[in-house]
Amino acid sequence: MNFIFAFFILTGIVVAAVRGDIQLVTQSVANAANHGVQQAIGFIGIMSFWLGLARIAQEAGLIKLLTGILEPVIRLLFPSIPRGHRAMGSVLMNISANIMGLGSAATPFGLKAMQELQELNREKETASEAMCTFLAVNTASVTLVPATIIAFRASTGSANPGEVVGPVIFATMCASLVALTADYMFRRRNRRRKD
Amino acid sequence: MLEVIFSQISRWAIPFFVLLIVGVGFIRGVKVFEVFAEGAQEGFWLAVKLIPYIVGLFVAIGLFRDSGALDLCIGILQPFLSLVGVPGEVVPLFMVRPLSGMAAMAMTVELFHRLGPDSFAGRLASTIHGSTDTTLYILSVYFASVGIKRFRYALTVGLIGDVAGFVASVFIVNRMFGS
Repeated sequence: MNFIFAFFILTGIVVAAVRGDIQLVTQSVANAANHGVQQAIGFIGIMSFWLGLARIAQEAGLIKLLTGILEPVIRLLFPSIPRGHRAMGSVLMNISANIMGLGSAATPFGLKAMQELQELNREKETASEAMCTFLAVNTASVTLVPATIIAFRASTGSANPGEVVGPVIFATMCASLVALTADYMFRRRNRRRKD
Repeated sequence: MLEVIFSQISRWAIPFFVLLIVGVGFIRGVKVFEVFAEGAQEGFWLAVKLIPYIVGLFVAIGLFRDSGALDLCIGILQPFLSLVGVPGEVVPLFMVRPLSGMAAMAMTVELFHRLGPDSFAGRLASTIHGSTDTTLYILSVYFASVGIKRFRYALTVGLIGDVAGFVASVFIVNRMFGS
């Protein structure tokens, strides 16, 4: 991440200088910084709402129920989460929200899951194996209902906004399978190195 | 038929969840309002904690894009990608999708307006947009929220997944909609 940050900023400034448009840098930085704060502030409402709702679900025993049903799948993907640990519930809620294309609900659950995975993590500044797997699932965004894109297509006059659902499911399955396989292989390689 | 079902699912999912959670909670005697407020409190601090990381990421990506460095990279990739059946208009999306969700969204909508959502490029852009996520953003925000500094292999895995998603999108769209 440090490399990417430095690379983007340095290349950006050098390219702007070479193109003789250096004053653009100041403006771009100010714009992006503002945008960033707006984005984070914009999170507050929706994040509070879903985390509040998640707490109700937890108290009502709904999360326990869901975890009970889907535990075998999660155990397969995340062998390092102990049986019945509450991280499992959040991981499940995040994945279900992603599957249904509910991006605004997926992020709060995802961040909650990260906090709970961090409790299980022994080295607090290094990503744990479970975290890496969890992010592999998230970045590949397993989805059955690409809601945003269907809405965009409909609003720009597509004759058949939903015709991409099939291709999206196919592509996202491929992406997820490949990401999970890569994750599995990295995990095994790292373990062997430690032994 | 399938798309009607799917669009109905996404229309009903959120109302259904809210109804289910609040309803079951209330029936089971949970103090729904107090418990809700307790949980919601976390949301505020979480969002505030994320500000510095999101600002840093947005500045770096914004600079890379606005300076023209991104266009330079796209220019280099273009000839190779057009060889495997990727229309030139979609190439920028390949580069932008893992970096910035908003930029990718703007790009897709702009492409729909210019070429139409039912053009080949429009369908490919839809598939790419729907099938992968903003890897860099998710990784930095999720890890930052719990103070993880060493990502280990997570970034590599995320990018491998993105490439797989792109390849699969190009393949399936050519197969289904190509001439």
